[in-house]
Amino acid sequence: MRKLKLSTVLDHAVLIAGSLFMILPLLMLLQMTTVPDTEIIRTGPSLTIGDQLDDNFRKAMFEASGFSGENTGLSMLKNSMILGIGFAFGKIVLGMMAAYAIVYFRLRFATFAFWLIFTTLLLPLEVRILPSYEVVQWLGMLNTYQGLIIPLIASATATFFFRQFFRSVPEELVEAARIDGAGPVKFFIDILVPLSQTMIAAMFIIMFVYGWNQYLWPTMITTDEDMYTLVRGIKQIVQVLEGAVVPEFGRSNVLALVAVIPPVLVVVFFQSWFVKGLTESDK
Amino acid sequence: MAQVQLNNIGKTYPNGFEALHPTSFEIAEGEFTVLVGPSGCGKSTLLRMVAGLEDITSGELQIAGRVVNNVEPAERDIAMVFQNYALYPHMTVRKNIGYGLKNRGTSKQAIAQKVDEAAALLNLGDYLDRKPSQLSGGQRQRVAMGRAIVRDPALFLFDEPLSNLDAKLRNQMRIEIKALQRRLGVTSIYVTHDQVEAMTMADRIIVMNAGRIEQIGTPSEVYHNPASTFVAAFMGAPPMNLFPAKVTDGQVMLGDQPLCAAPAQGAVTAGIRPEDFTLDATGPLSMDVQIIEELGAHRLLHGTLGAHSVTVHVSNDISAATGLQRLSVRPDAVCLFNATDGKRL
Amino acid sequence: MKRAGFTTVSLPVLLLLPQLVIIAVFFYWPTVVALQSSFYLQDPFGFGSTFVGLQNYIDLFGSREYRRIASFTVVFSLLVTFFSLAIALVLAVKADKVLRGARTYRTLLMWVYAVAPPVAGFIAVIMFNQSWGPLTEFFGFFGHDYMVGVNFNDTAFSMILASVWKQVPVNFIFFLSGLQSIPRSVREAALIDNRSASGRFWDVTFPLLAPTGFFLLIINITYSLFDTFGIVDIVVKGEPGNNPMTLVYKVYVDGFRGNDLGGSSAQSVILMVLVLALTIFQFRLIDRRIHYT
Repeated sequence: MRKLKLSTVLDHAVLIAGSLFMILPLLMLLQMTTVPDTEIIRTGPSLTIGDQLDDNFRKAMFEASGFSGENTGLSMLKNSMILGIGFAFGKIVLGMMAAYAIVYFRLRFATFAFWLIFTTLLLPLEVRILPSYEVVQWLGMLNTYQGLIIPLIASATATFFFRQFFRSVPEELVEAARIDGAGPVKFFIDILVPLSQTMIAAMFIIMFVYGWNQYLWPTMITTDEDMYTLVRGIKQIVQVLEGAVVPEFGRSNVLALVAVIPPVLVVVFFQSWFVKGLTESDK
Repeated sequence: MAQVQLNNIGKTYPNGFEALHPTSFEIAEGEFTVLVGPSGCGKSTLLRMVAGLEDITSGELQIAGRVVNNVEPAERDIAMVFQNYALYPHMTVRKNIGYGLKNRGTSKQAIAQKVDEAAALLNLGDYLDRKPSQLSGGQRQRVAMGRAIVRDPALFLFDEPLSNLDAKLRNQMRIEIKALQRRLGVTSIYVTHDQVEAMTMADRIIVMNAGRIEQIGTPSEVYHNPASTFVAAFMGAPPMNLFPAKVTDGQVMLGDQPLCAAPAQGAVTAGIRPEDFTLDATGPLSMDVQIIEELGAHRLLHGTLGAHSVTVHVSNDISAATGLQRLSVRPDAVCLFNATDGKRL
Repeated sequence: MKRAGFTTVSLPVLLLLPQLVIIAVFFYWPTVVALQSSFYLQDPFGFGSTFVGLQNYIDLFGSREYRRIASFTVVFSLLVTFFSLAIALVLAVKADKVLRGARTYRTLLMWVYAVAPPVAGFIAVIMFNQSWGPLTEFFGFFGHDYMVGVNFNDTAFSMILASVWKQVPVNFIFFLSGLQSIPRSVREAALIDNRSASGRFWDVTFPLLAPTGFFLLIINITYSLFDTFGIVDIVVKGEPGNNPMTLVYKVYVDGFRGNDLGGSSAQSVILMVLVLALTIFQFRLIDRRIHYT
């Protein structure tokens, strides 16, 4: 028999402890959705698995939780999807266009445009939330998807990422394409976009998760309950739990889980792309 | 008629750096011209200016009788093979080869026919549906050639196409490219830093250094009659031995031994190819042999001649030993250069 | 720029335009407004504003509350950064070493990357539920009556724990990828040169990971300053009161809730300066890293 080395056992022990640290809270939320709320109020999370998941899921997804009766789990899921996908899509399209212009064209003011765009990397949205809010208000975009998504796009992360990638594409490719008679538009569509496929996928995952998880901005910009995203709805859930006589933990936890599961699935399933995109974009 | 004509073509970068001094030469139809020189000598810049990938800042360029200074690369009727092949990684070999034709609006049928012809010529028939990443270095090289051939251009441009291959494949591809060019009869400009490639492939060699042309000539002319010490030292492996020498009484003196008659006075540089020395027990020169390099077909003797290091080439049937050896040189094998500017006397 | 770039002018301008317009409207304009209004005192009833020069800043630095929040933010950031980096480094080193189950561990240790900060806060709220929270009971076992939202330190601990939990995966991913990019030959050379595993770690692996570590240090500080907003907001349940809070949360509370535009803007500007300093520091580090490799 192979000798079991003490150090290997120790390594696994540390990793298992770390994994438990990460996963236990999620399992706890899950357990709480399966038992009746009255039981939770008495004993809190436990090891029993009940049969309430179905019921809680239905309540969370299809019954409204707010005052207007419009923010069901389903409507919040829809809004989160729109925010996540819209944000990722917008960011990638704009980023690729701008990066292409900066890298592949001899433009007099390219350097200036570069700095103009890259200064945005210096300051996160959080330090200018109030004036941003005012601008959006002034443009009449409160409680709209545009108002939710576009201001978040006003930073250069994707542009920066694609600029780095385009610069790593061999110089000769554009030269060969020019000799092959491809103009700038053809080169972009025929060569550069297909070449960037993996990068686009990686960026999409990162940006989708980033957009989906936005909290502060949606909190400020959406006051209509039918515009709430799942993540923004967490605050409401907590406030309702606080005020209620019989707090609906089962239903709240289902909503929290629904807020977590789509981005987690994306990250887990497309792990290799995602890790590549993440670690390469920041270098 | 000249297929390619350069009239005072020069390149100055916006920062004032003069990458290519105004240069003129002509290339005849069907000729295989090799631009050779160390890296940074301007040979690639020159090629890229002919291709249209680099702006021409002065002078006039004609291809097939047409001034093309301001013509897009795709309209210049040229084809180019790049150092790293520049194949489109996401396209199959078939699409790679046909992409230029497709952009020209050639019909699908005609593209298919031309691609098949080129593939047959290059033995690529079995690989047409593969992606470049599934091919070996030599196969990629052939695909790059195929892409150039199907365009049926007036001029082929090669930018160090063999430098990414290993030595064995490089020798093989060298012969293939040369044979293909002979068969197709297309005028070609070939850039390389490898003097062996230049010698073996060229009809005519253009030796460049520091943005200027040092010499234009056939391989034999360039080898035997180098126009400057730079050419003498750059072409040939091992390079020509160069010795500082003095002229006294109309004789070029190496140390105290006369080498040949002198056309000038004062200091000169004497150049002697390693194979122009003969081991000769009665020879006037005395060499201290330190290392013998055994190369199979011949031997190289490395050592000193007076105060200068020297390399001598002897065939393998001549026995050689380290230590003092007597050498002789035919007077007509000595090349003389101006000691200050290195130009041939 | 590529040396053989296209020379068309109108197309690149067209390509750049959407991004430039969005940035102008939603980045530069708000930034300038923030800068400007930090020098004005807003009338509480919305009737115009008065130029007060540096008064807003002077008020801030004079405010004991602001100084208290600033020092809490510093402590909070340092603790979150230290623990997220340390835990992630240990886990990454182990995950890089084991052969069996490496993929499973990797997945289990990184999925939390995708969890939104407010959800992390929500989990903390459940964990520390006053009557039955598992962690409340854990502390109760040691005789401590844990009270989130009442006891300042308890609340702060919950925030820190949730923030660390949320941040470990990012650091883990970067450390692991840093470890895996150390060339095999270097590891083998170290194996021959040094008998002790810990010696190899400190002499070879750790220095080679240092650039990743520096980079993550900045990322983590920025994270603790800004991205923890959701955690803070949920843990204090939207009731700042005497609870611990970070500087960003204070900007939000004063400006959005308290309608103190001038003061809030001045705080924004202070944060801008802080981030700017951090980012410039980071760019310099990255610059140097490029020279290293």
